[in-house]
Amino acid sequence: MILPFFVIIPLACAFLISLLGKLNKRISDIFANLGTFTLLILSLSAIRYQLFAKVIVYRVGGWPPPIGISMVLDGLSSFILMSVNLVSFLVCLYSVSYMNKYTDKYRFHSLFMLMLAGMNGVIVTGDLFNLFVFLEIASISSYALVAFGTEAEELEASFKYAIMGSVASSFILLGIALLYSYTSTLNMADMGSVLLSRGNSLLVNFISVLFLMGFGLKAALVPFHAWLPDAHPSAPASISAMLSGVLIKVLGVYALMRIYFNILGINNIILSIFMFLGAASMLVGVILALGQWDFKRLLAYHSISQIGYIILGIGLGSPLGILAGLFHLFNHSIFKSLLFLNSGAVAYRLGTRDLQDMGGLKERMPTTANTNLVASLSIAGIPPFNGFFSKFLIIVACIQSRQIIYGICAVIASILTLASFMKVQKYAFFGKLNKKWQDIKEVPGIMQLSMVVLAVLCLVSALLITPLFKPYLESAVNVLLLGRGYNKAVFGALK
Amino acid sequence: MKSKEKGMTLIVKTVTRLTVGLILLYGIYIVLHGHLSPGGGFAGGVIIALSFIHLMLAFGRETALKKLSQARASILESLGAIMFLSIAVLGFLGGYFFLNFLFKGKPFNLFSAGIIPLCNIAISLKVGVGLFTIFVVLVLFKILKEDNE
Repeated sequence: MILPFFVIIPLACAFLISLLGKLNKRISDIFANLGTFTLLILSLSAIRYQLFAKVIVYRVGGWPPPIGISMVLDGLSSFILMSVNLVSFLVCLYSVSYMNKYTDKYRFHSLFMLMLAGMNGVIVTGDLFNLFVFLEIASISSYALVAFGTEAEELEASFKYAIMGSVASSFILLGIALLYSYTSTLNMADMGSVLLSRGNSLLVNFISVLFLMGFGLKAALVPFHAWLPDAHPSAPASISAMLSGVLIKVLGVYALMRIYFNILGINNIILSIFMFLGAASMLVGVILALGQWDFKRLLAYHSISQIGYIILGIGLGSPLGILAGLFHLFNHSIFKSLLFLNSGAVAYRLGTRDLQDMGGLKERMPTTANTNLVASLSIAGIPPFNGFFSKFLIIVACIQSRQIIYGICAVIASILTLASFMKVQKYAFFGKLNKKWQDIKEVPGIMQLSMVVLAVLCLVSALLITPLFKPYLESAVNVLLLGRGYNKAVFGALK
Repeated sequence: MKSKEKGMTLIVKTVTRLTVGLILLYGIYIVLHGHLSPGGGFAGGVIIALSFIHLMLAFGRETALKKLSQARASILESLGAIMFLSIAVLGFLGGYFFLNFLFKGKPFNLFSAGIIPLCNIAISLKVGVGLFTIFVVLVLFKILKEDNE
C-alpha cells in the first residue's frame, strides 16, 4: 500500500512547486522539505513492513504482475530506499540556506524532487521498462541540475554529461528491447523465470555486455568514468552531494546488481569482470584524485574510487563480500554527501574551490572543519568511523575468497585515500589563516545542522554491523544471494 | 538593412492563416480519439504544439506569444502534469494506484475506456505546452543576439 507513494509524493511536490513556487519564496522550501521528510518516514516504515513480510508486491492499476506493472519491495530495495531518502532529506534541509545565492530557487527544488522521484521509482519498480523510464527521469533532471549555475564551465560539463548519459541510455534501451524480443515479457521476475527455462544463449551474453556498458557508465566505473569529474564539481554543492552520494549508486550499482543477480543470472565471468572493473576504478580514481587542487574535483575522483570498492565487494560474490559492498554503499552515501556539503559550505563563504587558496579555516569555520575531519577520517578508513568497518570487511572478504591481489589493491587505495585527505585537511582547514579570509563567518545554522547530523551518522552507521541491526543488512544481502530465485519470491508474495 | 515587418512573406502568412486552425483541430481530434485509433496524448500534443510553432515561424514570435504567453504556458504545463497525477491517485478510490475507476462504456464509443481519455488530455497538455516552451526558449537566444547587434 505504501509503495506507490515513493513516486507520488516527490512527483506531486515537483509539479506543485513549479506551479506555485513563483508566488512566494518560502513555498518551495516548505514543500520540498515536507516531501523529503515524509519520504524519510515512509522508508523507515517500509523497513518494518519488509522485515515482517519479506517481499511485498504492489499491483499498479490492479493488474496482476506479468500483465501489468508491479512494484516490488524486498530487502535490497528497502535498504537502498533508506539511504537515498535519508541523504535527500538532509541535503534538502541544507539547500534551504545554500541555494539562496542562486536565482530561481523554486526551479531547483522542482528539478530536485523530479530527480528524487526518478531514483525512488528505479528502486521500487518491478518492471524493466519502467526502470528505464524512471532512470531517464532521474538522469535528465540531473543534466539540468548540473547546468544550474549556467556559467560556461557548468554548461560544458552538463553537455558532456548529457551526451555520455544518452549514449549509456541508448545501450540500456537496446538491451531491454533485445531482452523483450527474447522473452516476450517486461516484468523482471517473469523475465528471470523465462530466461531460466530457456537456458543461456549468445544473445543473453550480448545483452549483458550492453547492460554492463550502459549501467557501468551511469555508475562511472573506470573505463566509462570520463563524465563524472566534470559533472559532479560543476553542480551546486547540494546537487553534487546527491549525484555522488546516491544517484550513481541507484542508477548504476543498484540496477547492475538487480539485473545481473536477479534477472540474467550471475556467473563467474561476470563476477570477475566486476572485480576487475572495481579494482581498476579504485586505483585509477584515487591516483587521479591525488593531484587535484580543486576541492570538489578531488572529491569527485574519490567517488569513482569508492564505487570501485562497492563493485569489488559485490563482485566477490560471497555472502561476506556482498554484505561488505552494500555496507560500504550506505557508508559512502553518508560521508561523501557530507564531504560535498562541506565543500559547498567553504564555497558559500569563500567563493573558491581552490585548495591552495584556503588555509586555516578551522579558526573561522569550526563546525565545517570538524565535520569535514570526521568525514575525511571515515572515507580514509580510520577505526571508530563507519568507513573503517566496511573497508575492513571488503579486505577480509577478498582474503576469504582467495583474491589476495584485489585485497592488496584495496589496501593501497585506502592508503592513497588517506594521503589525499591529509592534503585536504592541511591546505584547507589547518595551517595558517590566509589574510584574505580574516572576516569570514561560519555558515548559517541550518547548513551546520545538516552537516552535524551527517557527521553523527558517520559514527552511528558503524552500528549497522552489530548483531542488533545486522538482520537488516542481511535481508538485503539475501536478495542478491537468492539469485534467480527472485521470481519465485515475487510470485510467491502474490498468493 | 533589416525589414521592419516580422515573419515570412505574404504567401506563407496566407497559407498559415488558412491551415493553422485545421492543424489545431486535427491535434485535438487525435487526442480525443486516442483510445480508439492510433495516436493519443503524446502525438496529439505534438500536433497542437506544431500549430503554435507554425504561427511563430510565419508571423514572428510576438504573435504567437500573444496567443499563449510564456508564463501561462508554464502554468498549463504544470497543470497537465498535476492533472495526470491526480487521475492516477484517484484510482485509490477503488483501492489501487492508477486503477481505471470510471465506467468503461461500450468499446469503440467516443465516451468509453474510463480514465484513458482523461489521461490523454492531461498528457497532451503537458507535451503540447512543453514542446512549445522548448521552442520558445530555443528562439529566445537568437532574438537576444539580434537585439544586441
